[in-house]
This record gives sequence, C-alpha cells and structure tokens, in this order.
Amino acid sequence: MIYDMEFETLPREALSAIQLRRLQATIQRVYATVPFYRQKFDESGVKPGDIRSLEDLKRLPFTTKQDLRDNYPFGMFAVPMDNVVRIHASSGTTGKPTVVGYTARDITTWASMMARSLAAGGAWQDDIIHNAYGYGLFTGGLGVHYGAEKLGASVIPVSGGNTKRQIVIMKDFGPTILTATPSYTLHLAEVATEMGVDFRNLNFKFGIFGAEPWSERMREEIERKTGMVAVDIYGLSEVMGPGVAIECHEAKKGLHIFEDHFIAEIINPATGEVLPEGETGELVFTTITKEAFPVIRYRTRDITSLNSEPCICGRTLTRMNKISGRTDDMLIIRGVNVFPSQIESVLMEMDEVEPHYQLFVDRKGNLDTLTINVELGEKAFSDEVKVLQDISQKISKNIKDYLGVSAKVKLVEPKAITRSEGKAVRVIDNRKI
Amino acid sequence: MKAEQISVFLENKAGRLAEVAGILAEAGVNIRALSLADTSDFGVLRLIVDNNEKTKEILKKRGFTVGKTNVVAVKVTDRPGGLHNILDILYNAGINVEYMYAFVQQSGNNAVMIFRFDNTDKAVEILNKNGIQMIDGKTLYTM
Repeated sequence: MIYDMEFETLPREALSAIQLRRLQATIQRVYATVPFYRQKFDESGVKPGDIRSLEDLKRLPFTTKQDLRDNYPFGMFAVPMDNVVRIHASSGTTGKPTVVGYTARDITTWASMMARSLAAGGAWQDDIIHNAYGYGLFTGGLGVHYGAEKLGASVIPVSGGNTKRQIVIMKDFGPTILTATPSYTLHLAEVATEMGVDFRNLNFKFGIFGAEPWSERMREEIERKTGMVAVDIYGLSEVMGPGVAIECHEAKKGLHIFEDHFIAEIINPATGEVLPEGETGELVFTTITKEAFPVIRYRTRDITSLNSEPCICGRTLTRMNKISGRTDDMLIIRGVNVFPSQIESVLMEMDEVEPHYQLFVDRKGNLDTLTINVELGEKAFSDEVKVLQDISQKISKNIKDYLGVSAKVKLVEPKAITRSEGKAVRVIDNRKI
Repeated sequence: MKAEQISVFLENKAGRLAEVAGILAEAGVNIRALSLADTSDFGVLRLIVDNNEKTKEILKKRGFTVGKTNVVAVKVTDRPGGLHNILDILYNAGINVEYMYAFVQQSGNNAVMIFRFDNTDKAVEILNKNGIQMIDGKTLYTM
C-alpha cells in the first residue's frame, strides 16, 4: 500500500519543482544559521542565491562525518536548543559519536517517512509490528516506533535482546510485521527452533530489515527460514534515521528514496565528481525539509547506484540499489561499528604484541566473524602453549570490553604481516554482500 | 643438572617446520630431540640441539621468534613403572610437569626423558635426593 499517495507518486517534473524550492530554502537557512555552512560556502565562493536549479547543487561543498565530529555536539544545529525536542547519537565510533537533533516538526516528518516505509514494506493499520530494533540513542527503535503509530498500526516496543522472551511474545501476541536487523532476525529464527517453535507457523507476513548491509542471499535465507517477505530499509542518523529509503514489497528491487525530503547524488569518491544515473559510486544526501539538523551534500560513504525507471508499485521515486560496500574502512560487524584504529589502540596498550595487525571479516553462516591476526612480541614468547593462549584470550577480552564485538585473535610470527610502503592494508573483508 | 632447550614460535602453516629443519641442516646443527606443541593457530617447536647459541642466532637472523628455556633430562629406567616412579616423587613434592617428551637415544639401559617443570631448581633437588639420575646439558647435546 502507498501511505502518501500524493507525494510518493508525483510526476517527476512536479517533484523536481518541489525539490528546488525546498533546497533553496534550506540553503538560505543554513547559510544564515550554521556558521560551519556559511564559512564553507564562502570558501567555495557560492552564495545561496547562486542555487537557481537542482543542477547547481553540485557547486556546494561536501559535508563529511569529520565535519560533524569537529562540531560536536551541537555545532551543526540550525535552530536554538529551545526548538530541539529530541537528540540521537550514532553508535560509538572513533572518539566522539555524531549527535543529531530534531524539532517537533522533524519528528513528525520522520514519523511520516517511517509510516511510508512500513506501508511500502507491507504494513497497514491492522498490523501488529514487533519492533526489535534497539530503543535509545540509536535511531532504529524510536524511528520505527513513531512511524508505526503514525501509520496507525499496533507496535510492540520489544527492543533488542532477551531473545527467548521475544519468541514467546511472537507466539502469544501474533505480530504480523517484524522490524529488526537481518542478522538478529536469523538469530531469532535459530532460537525459535531451539525452543521448538517453527517461525514459519507464526503470524508474520513481512519483515523490514536494515541498519547493516545484507545480501540477496541473506534475503533468500531469511525468507526461507521465517516464511515472511523480507524488504530492505535504509537510513542513517545524520540524514534522519531509518526511513530515508525503502524497498517496496512488490518489487524488492532497489530502495525508493523519499526525494521530496532528501536529494540523493552519486559521486566518484576519489574526485567528488557527480556520476550519471546508473553508475556506481558514493551516495551523497542533502536534506531539504529538516529543521534542526539539515545536512548539505553529506557523504554517506555507502556505495550504490541510482535507478529512476518506473516501478511496478506505482511510486515515481528514484530507487537506490542495495548498498554494496563502503568507501572508508569502517566495518559493521553484527551491527556494531568497528574502526581498525580502535583495534589498534587496544593492541598498542598491550606489551605482549606488536602494533602490526590485520583484520579479516568473514560471514560464516549468518554471522559476521572478525579475526585479528597480530604479531607476537619477542619478549612475550614462551615455550608454554598456555601462556600464548592466555595472551590471545586477553586481547579478545580487551577488544570485547572496549568495542563490544567478539573477535578471534590469532598470534602470528613477527613480520608475518606484509608491510606496506603506503597505506597499510589493515582490513580484508571477505563477506559477500 | 639442567639442560637448555631452544623453542621456536611457528605459525600453523604449511612448510614452516620444514623451513626450520632446513635452516638447521644448512648450519650443520644436529637436532637431538624435539617436540611440537600445536594449537589450531600456532605451534611451539622445542628443540634439544648440539649447538644452542648457533641455533638461536641463526633462527633469529631468519626472522623467527626464539626462546631459551631450562629443562631437565632424566634417566628413566626402561621397564614397567619406571616413569611412574619418577612422576610419583615429583607429585609428592608438589612439582608440576608442564610438558615432557622423549629423547631419541638411550643412556645405557635407561630411556631419557626431557622434562619442563614449573619449578626447575626444586625439581632437580628432589630428583637428586631420591637418587634419580639426570644428564647435564653438555653430555646431552653430544650423546
């Protein structure tokens, strides 16, 4: 079903006209209220009045994650704090998290985008939504929650964890829609099996999965194991949260971007040049209705391509393909953001190993696995195996404590890790996404 | 009554052990006894050789992580109960055996076992007190 028939099926010309009007207003506003944008625009020699067509967007400078960090916590807010009603923050990354704010109208807009998303994913007013995204600073839980209420569905705010109880609730309450990360969904299915519950006999019809990259193969597996239709949802807190783009359950072929609120571009990540439709590159977003935290040409670091061909669902909105990778070295392992530099700092604090390491990411079955190869220090070597095993266990424990992710540690011989003259190859991601 | 043992850290990958053996062969080092402790990820090779300094130096030069440990070479009567007798003495004295392995050559009618104890000095003292024969390093390397 289409939640907002008018805006989701606009003729392209009408949509472009709305985009331009909203873009111009946004640019005027950030120039006036956010010192960061004023300075960046001035440095690029672009005045808000220069934006006369959507084509002119590419004259504006990019905004990066680092810019957001530099303005931590509230430096990028475009409204005074009295108008901010909600604050979210991204999951822990290097150093500081990214903090985003919402006005009351932003929350309403977000709820509408999520209502549209849930509807596109197969939900409607008579549905019961089992929302297993985490509630808290993370935008997933509350984003879905507000959208479900806006849509008029019933929402079970179960959040993440306590898996056995979730299965009992699923059995007893009979939810028809599941919202969760794809990896947690497979975990739910496994636990259900252990408890003697066949997921396929539950009431579920559709699952709306996101917050981590997942493949077509994983979709097939989820659909086979759970008996529901699985759709992909995309979002990031910097742009809004979940509900920036959604697959329709009819086609399951690319995610419709809500272009009346977000303008998407694909750029060559190396040169910044805008690529023509269909070419693969880095996804860049400009928000054109957000009040508290507008972003201009925000580089998501996600790799994808766009496709504006008409869709069988009736929406006229451009689709982005499933994310195929990331431009930076951030790893998302079982939903946790991991930067190699964080692992490095854990290793640096330990005398037993050298700061030479390599990370291997694999997907075994449904779960991402992280293996850290690290060179054993000369002084820490022992003729006793248990001493060496204690070292790898200690590293695993420290990684788990600091980063919240389990890793297998493999001690390797000195110089076993190839030294590079340029940028070291720290990460080998073998996941097929 | 202690002997020196060379230990080498080995990644669990094909050809690594052969490489060590090759380096030692090239250097004319004779391996007198060895044991390989392995885990799924790495191994520790322990060697009794006829020239400790040379072995250590040459392996280090070739990029291996090398350690030196004191072990004890014990003469074990080559008949049923021979090993048990020794282990019993050690157990009663509260000494733990970290690991042990056999020496290739016999000494007269005795088997020779290489022991790594948690407390080497005390172990030597106890074994001495109980009349258990040990072989010093110098003899061992060229036996």
